[in-house]
Amino acid sequence: MAKTDKKAAPAGKGFANKLQNASDTNLLLSITVIVFFLMYIGAIVFQGSGFLKPQTFFNILNNNAALIILACGLSLVMITGGIDISVGGITALISMCCAVYLDYKGGNVFVSVLIALAIGLAFGLFQGFLVAYLDIQPFIVTLAGMFFARGMTTIVNTKPFNVENEAFKALKMTRIIMPGMGSVNKKGVYIDAYIEIGVVVAILVVLIMFCLLRWTKLGRSFYAVGGNMQSALMLGINVKRTKFISHVICGLLAGIGGFVYFLHVGSGSASHASGAEMDAIASSIIGGTMLTGGVGNIVGTFFGVLSLSTIQNIVSSAGLDEAWWTGITRAVMLCLFLVIQSVVMSARKKRMAENK
Amino acid sequence: MGKGETVKANNTNFLMKVVRNQCFIPLAALLLLVVINLVADPGFFKITLGYNAAGNPVLSGFLITILDSGSELAILAIGMTLVTAASGGQDISVGAAVAIAGSVLLRVLCGDNSRPETLQAPIIVAFLVSCVVAMLFGAFNGVLVAYFKIQPMIATLILFTAGRSIAAWINNNELPVISDPSFKYYGEFIPGIPIPTPVFIAAACVIIIGIVLKVTNLRIYTQAVGINQSSSRLNGLNPALIKVLAFVILGLCVAVVGLIKVSRISSINYSVIAKDIEMDAILAVALGGNALSGGKFNMTASIIGAYVIQFLTTTLYKFQVQSDALPAYKAVVVIILVVVSAPTVREYFSNFTKKLKLSKEVA
Amino acid sequence: MEDNIVLKMRNIHKIFPGVRALQGVDFTLRKGEIHALMGENGAGKSTLIKVLTGVYGKEEGEIFLDGNEGAVNIHSPQDAQKMGISTVYQEITLCPNLSVAENMFIGRTAGAVQNWKKMNTDTEKILQSLDIPAKPTQQLESCSIAVQQMIAIARAVDMDCKVLILDEPTSSLDEQEVAKLFKLMRDLRSRGVGIIFVTHFLDQVYEVCDRITVMRDGKLVGEYEIKDLPRVQLVSKMLGKELDDLSDIKGDQQAFKKDAKAVPVFEAENLSSDAGIKPFDFHIEKGEVNGFTGLLGSGRSECVRAIFGADRVTSGHVKVNGKSVKISKPIDAMKNGIAYLPEDRKMDGIVGDLSVRDNIILAQQVLKGFFKPFSKAEANKVADEYIKLLNIKTASKDTPIKSLSGGNQQKVILARWLFTHPEYLILDEPTRGIDVGTKVDIQKLVLKLASEGMSVTFISSELDEMLRTCSRLVVMRDRKMVGELTGEDLNQKTVMSTIAGGDK
Repeated sequence: MAKTDKKAAPAGKGFANKLQNASDTNLLLSITVIVFFLMYIGAIVFQGSGFLKPQTFFNILNNNAALIILACGLSLVMITGGIDISVGGITALISMCCAVYLDYKGGNVFVSVLIALAIGLAFGLFQGFLVAYLDIQPFIVTLAGMFFARGMTTIVNTKPFNVENEAFKALKMTRIIMPGMGSVNKKGVYIDAYIEIGVVVAILVVLIMFCLLRWTKLGRSFYAVGGNMQSALMLGINVKRTKFISHVICGLLAGIGGFVYFLHVGSGSASHASGAEMDAIASSIIGGTMLTGGVGNIVGTFFGVLSLSTIQNIVSSAGLDEAWWTGITRAVMLCLFLVIQSVVMSARKKRMAENK
Repeated sequence: MGKGETVKANNTNFLMKVVRNQCFIPLAALLLLVVINLVADPGFFKITLGYNAAGNPVLSGFLITILDSGSELAILAIGMTLVTAASGGQDISVGAAVAIAGSVLLRVLCGDNSRPETLQAPIIVAFLVSCVVAMLFGAFNGVLVAYFKIQPMIATLILFTAGRSIAAWINNNELPVISDPSFKYYGEFIPGIPIPTPVFIAAACVIIIGIVLKVTNLRIYTQAVGINQSSSRLNGLNPALIKVLAFVILGLCVAVVGLIKVSRISSINYSVIAKDIEMDAILAVALGGNALSGGKFNMTASIIGAYVIQFLTTTLYKFQVQSDALPAYKAVVVIILVVVSAPTVREYFSNFTKKLKLSKEVA
Repeated sequence: MEDNIVLKMRNIHKIFPGVRALQGVDFTLRKGEIHALMGENGAGKSTLIKVLTGVYGKEEGEIFLDGNEGAVNIHSPQDAQKMGISTVYQEITLCPNLSVAENMFIGRTAGAVQNWKKMNTDTEKILQSLDIPAKPTQQLESCSIAVQQMIAIARAVDMDCKVLILDEPTSSLDEQEVAKLFKLMRDLRSRGVGIIFVTHFLDQVYEVCDRITVMRDGKLVGEYEIKDLPRVQLVSKMLGKELDDLSDIKGDQQAFKKDAKAVPVFEAENLSSDAGIKPFDFHIEKGEVNGFTGLLGSGRSECVRAIFGADRVTSGHVKVNGKSVKISKPIDAMKNGIAYLPEDRKMDGIVGDLSVRDNIILAQQVLKGFFKPFSKAEANKVADEYIKLLNIKTASKDTPIKSLSGGNQQKVILARWLFTHPEYLILDEPTRGIDVGTKVDIQKLVLKLASEGMSVTFISSELDEMLRTCSRLVVMRDRKMVGELTGEDLNQKTVMSTIAGGDK
């Protein structure tokens, strides 16, 4: 996969020229979307018809709804020029807290949603305060946040367990049938294609975040702060508040994402969502969010998540189903996109300098 | 009266000097931990001489445990200090890199068979191979940081994710076990010597880095690059190269830790080995009073910091805290540390004390 | 009060620790005029601007706006903006990743929703009315620097500013871009905006300005109509020398006699770098002291940086002692016996947290190599020696260099390079921002070194110093070498008229 992408860059020179006038955000977004479609088509051609079934695609969504939400939060923070690596830990903590509440305390589902949101928000507020108002490196703050969340998960309950709460199970099993997209299995029975509730939530989040970033002044100020903090200050933007809000929203999304994750797995465990922060960052980067801030797009992030999990599917259907391959392919993809970003942007800068 | 005041002034001067010394914070933290343990249970400090299963004399006790299991951390703290100083960021892939180094070591020792009767290669050869591999991965991180200008933590995130997978891949996801008892010497005891071997290895590393800092320009080069990159370039240094060098040295430290870790259990568990050690290593550097944004460093303070962290860990264990819950407590320590050392907070407090002094003078 | 006055600053004082940056400065700006604020480095121009825009507070003095009687207090740049004072800096203070339209409107309109359509049409209108060649939807970064600057100006104008401050807006523009910018400035003038124009380029002042205020050493020299102040006079006012009393300060230096057979210590042909310097030829003999002169921004620093390999060298051929060498990075130059004391002491010179001792030995240490560190005893000995030699005032040799005064920091850097025993020493503004005593010390040292056979290139904003020390002056203007003066020509008058160029 990597190869096709690398070749695409120099080969499509005319295309690149066209893109030269596009903003950085759109340029990187285009690369992502193209890579995703090439990859999916490649999967269909080389891996057989499994990828042709709509349900394969829907399963990717089902399995990654939480990740999409987490990645949206991360994209926001990264666009503002920060980073948050605590989201995986928060997800685990939320799963455990909700599980304990639902099973041991016999609570109802609605309150557990509130618990999830409250935990996410609390992390967002605290981390945001440290990063924005005390000016501490976001990486250190959220690294501590991640370890705190993971540690707390164990403190809340040591052993992993499945939730047996009836109302919750009913919600978990709720499937939304996608009419006309089902397929016929080997026995000749027609099976409906479906998505889970989490997917609906994730798509809502994507839409809301997209609108926020695109059509609100707050959204644009995230880009301004990430683009050039000093300039943003001079242009009359409250930089500290903007940074703070970005972390709060990210925390809140971690809360939502945490619950969606919980809904998908239906259990509490300290090892849940391990490496989710990493996947979320990788998705954002693959989706064209620049680490240096100021550039990024939620739609790109969405495709970033899809690309990441598609490659995972390809790897496993290619027979390399040992667990470690996933880690390696993801890291390779992340590395590749980091380097592409670095190279594309510096080449672009150079061209622009020459244009002057 | 005047005399009394000068004595007082001298005392405060001396106090200031002690407080200003970079080793003060870790030593004070150490003292605090010692006091807490003394109050809670003086038995914490008991050391006994016993015999292990093989009939060799071994010392045991919490203090020995701290010295023993703090070795890995102390060794990593050396490399992490250099990386922090030169690049102004931290390497979060050390845990994963330890897994790789350990895996390579075992692979060379085992050859094709995962449970060999005899070692397929001398331990020294295996160790050297793992050193080379670990240094290569260090160089990979360093190149991403120095030449592609990616923030250190993000650049090392790549290896952080892939590292344990790579480690598993190296051994085809099998769990090799070494049965040769001589391999255990590096992580446990050498027969006849009652002190755990890792203590000696850590001591050797500390001495070596001490000598290296003495006979090379490593200290002044890394500090100059970390403090003022532009100026150090104009003084003929190559900042990028020095950053890579720092990462390569950390790679070497990782290889040594890998040897100790796999030797301790004569095997490897890819997902558990050296778990969360990156956090502890970063914490050791911070506790040693070194700025996480790079520049000047104090190696001694970092190493003391490492043992203080281990002291904290062991104390927490003693208070029945589960190993998985440890990060939560350490995270609190980290937050307190970074908040206290944040420039904005310091400024606030210095303004606050100034105001206090002013109001006192007015009164 | 006159009706058409938009801004009046009276008796402004500003004190920084140890420096009186502004002493009783007056400044008046009228409606619809372009007013140049001139002065060499350290004259206090930027301090005055920063007081006006609320970046600094002032110790004393009053600011009046719009001919009002009441003085206003300006506490922050935002305050200033609300009162109609906008600033466009040399470095663009817009967000490169946003679109042109967004940069025009972000941070200054009410409401939570971004109305792209309205914003784009509004921007289109403004851009058209000011004739700025940009599309509203274009990403700012893809515009040229000049256009970016114009957009910054357009934003300020659209915010209904009465006073527009342009702080060296032209220093990174080419001629065509400058012309476009001037057109815009004239356009604004005709709309009644008062423009303060800070620049180092004399040609531009005479092209576009109506009035000039000259400052020197934190004091006001005077305010002049452009037609009353010919170029040479302006230069002399900026440098602080009356034309009439140009009693030739004939330097202490002996006219340098070239040994006919000797090859130059350093020789460059067609040298240029990516810092935008036009290709130049240069040579220096053994024991010679020469200098690069020209106003700030004329390219004098860029020349020596190219010689030292500090910027990326793009063309040229270099010989050291007659032997062809390749200098592409500083270490190459150092190995060839060249030393360079950089202009920006804080950014490029000192290594702030390191001790005085480490700062002194740094360069020689690098030359010696990684595996041959100085022993502590050696380092201390060297440090003591140079602290004594250069009379560096420091608490101890372990003191971090950043806690020393500017002059002493400079001496430490000088010590660093002397310790490398160079054949050719380049000093870029070694006397900037340091006290008079130290200045004299440094000049004497330069002459002493030269008499011992070292070649020295000396750059200073102060002509006196140059004339006193150099036997040959290379004159720079607009990043080009425009003349070389020796012997009889080494007097203020000739130098100044060469710097000024154009009419005499």
